[in-house]
Amino acid sequence: MTGATETGDARPADVAIIGAGVVGTAIARALACQDVSCVLIDAANDVGTGTSKANTAILHTGFDAVPGSLESRLLRRGSALLADYARRAGIPVERTGALLVAWTPEQQAELPTIADKARRNGVTDVHPIGAGELYRREPHLGPGALGALVIPGESIICPWTTPLAYATQALAAGARLRLRSRVTGIRVGRAEHQVVTGTGVVRCRWVVNAAGLHSDTIDAMMGGGRFTIRPRRGELIVFDKLARALLSSILLPVPTARTKGVLVAPTVYGNVLLGPTAEDLPDREDVATTAAGLTGLMAAGRRILPRLAGEEVTATYAGLRAATADRDYQIDVDPARRYACVAGIRSTGLSASLGIAEHVTGLLADAGLHLAGRPEPDPPVMPYIGQAGPRPYQDAARIAADPEYGRIVCHCERVTRGEIRDALAGPLPPADTDGLRRRTRVLNGRCQGFYCAATVSALFARGAPAPARAARAAAGAATAEPA
Amino acid sequence: MNADVLVVGAGPAGLAAAVELRKLGAGRVLVVDRDEAAGGIPRHSAHTGFGARDLRRVLTGPAYARRYADAAAAAGADILLGTTMTGWDGPAPRGPHRVTLTSEAGVRAVDASAVLLATGCRERPRSARLVPGDRPPGVMTTGELQRRVYLAGQRLPGRALVVGAEHVSFSAMVTLAHAGARVLALITDRPRHTSYAGFALAASLRWRVPVWRSTMVRQVTGRGRLEGVELADTRTGAARFVPCDVVVFTGDWIPDHELARTAGLAMDPGTRGPAVDTALETSVPGVFAAGNLVHAAETADVAALGGRHAARGIAEFLRRGADGGRAAAGGRGPAPGGARLPLTAEPPLRWVAPNLLRAGGPAPPRGRFILRSDVFARLARLEVRQDGRRLATVPSFGIRPDRPVRLSASWTGRADPGGGPVTVRLA
Repeated sequence: MTGATETGDARPADVAIIGAGVVGTAIARALACQDVSCVLIDAANDVGTGTSKANTAILHTGFDAVPGSLESRLLRRGSALLADYARRAGIPVERTGALLVAWTPEQQAELPTIADKARRNGVTDVHPIGAGELYRREPHLGPGALGALVIPGESIICPWTTPLAYATQALAAGARLRLRSRVTGIRVGRAEHQVVTGTGVVRCRWVVNAAGLHSDTIDAMMGGGRFTIRPRRGELIVFDKLARALLSSILLPVPTARTKGVLVAPTVYGNVLLGPTAEDLPDREDVATTAAGLTGLMAAGRRILPRLAGEEVTATYAGLRAATADRDYQIDVDPARRYACVAGIRSTGLSASLGIAEHVTGLLADAGLHLAGRPEPDPPVMPYIGQAGPRPYQDAARIAADPEYGRIVCHCERVTRGEIRDALAGPLPPADTDGLRRRTRVLNGRCQGFYCAATVSALFARGAPAPARAARAAAGAATAEPA
Repeated sequence: MNADVLVVGAGPAGLAAAVELRKLGAGRVLVVDRDEAAGGIPRHSAHTGFGARDLRRVLTGPAYARRYADAAAAAGADILLGTTMTGWDGPAPRGPHRVTLTSEAGVRAVDASAVLLATGCRERPRSARLVPGDRPPGVMTTGELQRRVYLAGQRLPGRALVVGAEHVSFSAMVTLAHAGARVLALITDRPRHTSYAGFALAASLRWRVPVWRSTMVRQVTGRGRLEGVELADTRTGAARFVPCDVVVFTGDWIPDHELARTAGLAMDPGTRGPAVDTALETSVPGVFAAGNLVHAAETADVAALGGRHAARGIAEFLRRGADGGRAAAGGRGPAPGGARLPLTAEPPLRWVAPNLLRAGGPAPPRGRFILRSDVFARLARLEVRQDGRRLATVPSFGIRPDRPVRLSASWTGRADPGGGPVTVRLA
């Protein structure tokens, strides 16, 4: 539980990464695996709790990025790296492909332009289909679709396991994680920086700003102030698993000048996602849903997939995207100040995360940070929480070896006591039942706790590891440090 | 493992069916429930009022649940708890039905000649009602509340609001008071509550809890911790903020129909449970459904009587032999006695159960169909029609939403088995 937490520490860390979202954890993982000593700092009580947890959970090919942009390059690289990493780490991914559906002649006229753009982004397997083929693939699609562009490489992914896997690997490689530590100021120094947090000062040689929605604030603390984050709220609706049979691909809208449109996509948990809305907001923490947003989404959903309206809604939520005035990622390294800014990642951070981390690590090495130069280690094997592969409750051998995997606690999601026990005893245990939700799927189902919330709360209270309990008591200490 | 009858769900309907099946000599009756204890919802409904119609006495929920669990065990039913039905190799019209059960004992296959689905119902959570706003903890359903308070012994000090003003809403109010909460009000978007007058009077006199009528929850507020809700008057649109620490969403029932749907049973669009005939048999021969899966939600005693009724249909099915002569008709053919006619309720009636008619079929449970209305009607007539022909007109008094509307089954003989769908409407 100690480490480079106070100013009195013997040696500063090489790098302090501010922001433990999917981008921050990916950078921490890349650096820690190269023997760079790093501290990952976040204001929240868990990794991946901001934009990273509330998005559309799609692993993009980058077909619609701005050709030639940094985003395009890192998306392509990142999504290929993540597809491979996910397979090895047990992160749920399904390559469902996407259909960009044209509902108006105006939209249909856009399809060749989008196909051309995709090819310029290196996504060469896109192809158009007519209405007949479209309805053959998606028989439940609402009436009036004129055709579509097929993007076979688009996939759906688990947005929760991904940052957890990165952070787990970073911790195993020696990184330190400092949660519940909001950064209140940075003393920029000649030999070292001092990052002042709510739980003490972190000394470091380099600062990496991966603070997402707060990256402009951190940038100002580093003497930047070059950009302003404009949070864009996206509301989403999750439908029950019984709706999953209504579609097989991700159904994307055609972006036009007039409307942005919403998508309908399967999730790796076997649900159906509808959204997002897009609304610019001044408040960086306002993830409330709105009556107008939900009503608008339901109306759109009814047009795209009419039978959705007859299915039950499991959850509604909203996420904030960290948009800037600039259209591209804002990634640069300032060797003089020993500062890397990784901002403006908006909505593609999950897909591009490993590409971004690789890019930033390279820039830091160019700027003089010493990397061990060792080969990429194997990823950790994460508990599998997808719907496509076998889960513990289905595994007779596993239950025979450990009956706790046969005791289903959350009936909607079929989460067992064994999985809850494992999550609570894991290297990066949850700080609350929401954290347990992201690690196991518990409480995420159609009943929203009608049956299991009382049991899950009791299991959490009993089983939360001592450090997490102590951390809660101490209100603000880090919850997870390497052993 | 084999069973003559597999009963899925050890609530009032499932347990009452198991007792009756054993009495009727149905052979091996296997009852499975995913919960760790038998009894279903009454197990955590710690107030009195259970058992009037089926046991002719009035018990508390837990005592009622225990009584049925003991009776089923004493009758010789095998009860497997902590056991989830996790697979069904497609319903087999000629039987037996091969299902997969998962528990700490492992993953087991069971062959059953007949299956009774008695999986009950649950309340729609806040998310399914599309109530916008923040997502703090402290927002729950009655089911979660009762399990927290009565099974896990939690206290809930603070101010509470109950959304809904039907029977279960008053039950939630009593549970909250028991847990130490101060209940500010019951809220309903209807012009008045839909429970017994006595409940509302007791709430007002004993607990000093008012019912705020024509009021809806417009938004939930609180980041990290519930701060309160914004309420709106449904007539004027006037909004006000009410600070509170707990909000309980009650009622608004939905059958737990996952097994029925994944098995491919024909569903009734009104009840959202499997379509059932008056014997409570579903679209697949040998697969029956009873309790709040087919009428969400009735009181426990009505669910139990439905279970008992289904048991008689199942015993008859087993006596006839699994294929009952239907294999010759292609397996999925009509049940003996002819085709089944759909029975549907026209708006503002929401649903009717049972919802299939079969010539020569038995009377429905308790000799009546149960309906739900979306509107209040002091004095109305229920009209049953087929192909433009009136089969019956039955006066009905004091129709209220959330409460059963009864329709006697005396007219069923007048329906033309070869005719079109039969409809019920408010005249």
